[in-house]
Amino acid sequence: MRNRAFTAIFLIFLFLVPSFIFSQAGIEVVAVEDTLISLPDTLSEIIAPTEINVFDTPNDAGENITITWEITEDPSGIIVGYEIFRSEDKETGYEITGFAGKKTEEFKNRTNNGVVYYYKVRAKTSDGKFSPFSVISEGAVSQPQWFHTGRINALVAVVAFVSLLLFFVSTAKKGKSLFIRRIAGLDALDEAVGRATEMGKPILYVPGLSSMSDIATIASINILGPVAKKVAEYESTIIVPNRDPIVMTVARQVVKESFLEAGRPDSFNEDMVFFLTDSQFGFAAAVDGIMVREKPATNLFLGMFWAESLILAETGNMTGAIQIAGTDAVAQLPFFVTACDYTIIGEELYAASAYLSRAPLLVGSLKAQDMGKAILVVVVVIAFICAIVNTGFSLTTHTPNAVLSKIIEFVQSWFKV
Amino acid sequence: MRFWEKVMKLDRRWIFLLIGLAVLIPFLKPLKLPLTITKPAKDVFDAVENIPPEGPPLLIATDYAPSTAPELDPMLYALLRQCFTSKRRVILLALYPQGAGMAQAGLDFILPEFPEAKSGVDYVFLGYQPGIQAIVMYIGEDVRLAFPTDAYGIPLDSLPMMKNIRNYDDIALIIDLAGSSIPITWVTYAVARYGELMAVGVTAVSAAQYYPYLDSGQFVGMLGGLKGAAEYEKLIKQKGYTKAREIATIGMDAQSIAHLVILFLIIIGNIAFFASKSHKKKGGPIGS
Amino acid sequence: MRRKIPLAIAFVFGIIMIIQFFIPHRISVEFYRNMLNALVIVGIFYYILAVSSLIRVHRGKIKRKKPGWGYSYVTLISLVVTAVIGVLGGAYQATRITSWFVQHFHWQIEQGTGLMVIYTYIQIPMGATMFSLLAFFIASAAFRAFKARSLTAVLLLVTAFVVMLGRVPIGALLTRRLPEIFHLTNIVEWILKYPNMAAQRGILMGIGLGMIATSLKIILGIERGYLGGGD
Repeated sequence: MRNRAFTAIFLIFLFLVPSFIFSQAGIEVVAVEDTLISLPDTLSEIIAPTEINVFDTPNDAGENITITWEITEDPSGIIVGYEIFRSEDKETGYEITGFAGKKTEEFKNRTNNGVVYYYKVRAKTSDGKFSPFSVISEGAVSQPQWFHTGRINALVAVVAFVSLLLFFVSTAKKGKSLFIRRIAGLDALDEAVGRATEMGKPILYVPGLSSMSDIATIASINILGPVAKKVAEYESTIIVPNRDPIVMTVARQVVKESFLEAGRPDSFNEDMVFFLTDSQFGFAAAVDGIMVREKPATNLFLGMFWAESLILAETGNMTGAIQIAGTDAVAQLPFFVTACDYTIIGEELYAASAYLSRAPLLVGSLKAQDMGKAILVVVVVIAFICAIVNTGFSLTTHTPNAVLSKIIEFVQSWFKV
Repeated sequence: MRFWEKVMKLDRRWIFLLIGLAVLIPFLKPLKLPLTITKPAKDVFDAVENIPPEGPPLLIATDYAPSTAPELDPMLYALLRQCFTSKRRVILLALYPQGAGMAQAGLDFILPEFPEAKSGVDYVFLGYQPGIQAIVMYIGEDVRLAFPTDAYGIPLDSLPMMKNIRNYDDIALIIDLAGSSIPITWVTYAVARYGELMAVGVTAVSAAQYYPYLDSGQFVGMLGGLKGAAEYEKLIKQKGYTKAREIATIGMDAQSIAHLVILFLIIIGNIAFFASKSHKKKGGPIGS
Repeated sequence: MRRKIPLAIAFVFGIIMIIQFFIPHRISVEFYRNMLNALVIVGIFYYILAVSSLIRVHRGKIKRKKPGWGYSYVTLISLVVTAVIGVLGGAYQATRITSWFVQHFHWQIEQGTGLMVIYTYIQIPMGATMFSLLAFFIASAAFRAFKARSLTAVLLLVTAFVVMLGRVPIGALLTRRLPEIFHLTNIVEWILKYPNMAAQRGILMGIGLGMIATSLKIILGIERGYLGGGD
């Protein structure tokens, strides 16, 4: 009871302090001054921007018009940018609406939907002079779109991938056995937990430093389940420090369920899974402290890690623990490989739940993933061969092959975001 | 042979001592080694130079913590000096909780050199907002949705500089100074979704990870670690923007020597490895 | 039932968010924005759970006099002191309370607020210290691990050598008399841009597909590990 009261009072103190405290000491508000549009000299030697083109910005939520033009020739490099003028009346009332830097040929302008706007553009020089105006554009109206045509490739890919996934899952459901290659780091998990039990020391499990929206964290939580279950079966102890409050809550639930499933709910203690700090290196320091004080026999670093990876792994190496690391943070892999006994690399981490449980549904989805990768590899190889051959054509005949260029362009268009 | 076996099992505290000395001595006695400027650093510099003075602002995101400040602070200082000297406007913000403190500390350090630079006119500091992805998306709509006021509580509409700035369309360039993977969020949303130009300043440890984005053109340039910072210091000095002390350049001496010490250790480690291996092959007593 | 409801929520919202991705209309954007808002709000409430967990763990340590229990007092006192100074005194802008103290006791706070003082003089040096440990650990890890045990290890060793030398001015100094193509800086740039990037892209493509597959598995309810207790 006293515990709860203590925590409650602290939290009330922390979060519900009266709002008057927040009232700020006197702040001077700087008034907005209207910028005057000076009527400038025009420079006859600089040609006005040409090819002015105005259209509703595609694939947006509306209220936006795109203006494009062809840049003015500027051999002396005195142009600093372009001023964009707008009016709702084609003949008069043009006001400056934006400024685009030099070598820019496009400007996106905020508008009101359903109103016709006309535009004209001029170049500005470093000494504050201007080119003549471009011709006045055709009128354009902005409106929102209901489908993003630029994402058709993503839609096709999603549909294809889901179909693959469903196909392989149903194959697996029918009982067809599917092969998974050996992943040493995952095989070693059992041994690592067993060793800690024999030595009578705890297991340290760090589910990464990222949030729940990181797939690596989800993958790590998926591994935490079986590991915690094994810990419960062996009647060993597990320490799960966290940097993210949401991850902490999920991890605690997973460990609790695993203990329950192993038939040892009484061995579960809420303090096995706890929060440390959200400071990256504060967290690293605290976990290092745990390793030095508690001397866990096994350290598992699975999830998302950044620059603290080596600080954690090297300290664990010093304390003599058996270490298994797994992350999809490519830059951290070399550190884990040098300082840990086993490293689970990139997508192996995502495959862990299928690998450990061998549940047909999960194994099936792994197959779909492999097939997706195979398709990607084939496409990349075809594009690669086409590009090489096309370069050969360009070098010998000085013109790229039309068919090959088309194929390359087609492949590229599918990977555009 | 016992010697080489001992070397193999060298107490790591000796290594720590060597590294400590290697870093410390060049700080006391600088070597002034020459520095070459690489293309990714020059590209960042050019991208900033391309912004018209008093035109659309440069957005600097300070997404790093004190831990990575020795590498990233010099980049922030150099960028602020470049912008303030050449009258380019700057928006500062942080998506990483401790980053706001870094931006404020950076401003406190640089502003005394530029007494004429005014908050709300020459620069705006927006502070920190939680929810990395959400904030990057919000700025694509309207920066006011993410930051209704600046870090000092003044509404954005009351700041002269922010008058015509709504979203990425009105921001010339983003430079993310980051010690984590936040640049990936910027590139996924601000670059891929809103077509914004972006460059990064990252720690040396994470620089390798960002080369694919640099090569694909999603980053217009990149400053990698202390070296990147030192290159940028050199670039702004060459242009005559500043005469300030080049802190990253001094640090590069220490880094040079530390690298040499590590290389020396690797060589010694390998000699010891082969010496003890050939000894074992000859059937000599092990560990005697 | 305890399982089915969360699975149903994950399915419905997963599908809705996929559809949302393909609709640029304002309605869809508004919906997305509201979802993000909800995420931020929920995230903040979780900090209450986090702080209470921290307090409970350290109270337990003090109570049971576990080894190093004295440090738990340091943690709890630091937590309270920082929170009080931050909440009462303000973060970037001094509150009335700070202004009152400044006026009555003639304090001079260079950083503006007490919290920024803590940040500048405690947090910054402590964070920098932890990060700088990397230099020492990299050296000891390199000494231990970089051994020419096999052909691939030799390749790794040589590459590491070149990159480490090329990333510092001394590397450029060593090769400055050679033709430009052999300058260490250029060789390093080449290594990072081509072999390094090729390997990274390979891993990244796998990761990308793995991410899509994992997300879809969660949406379709095939993956349930995150709900706890395996299947």
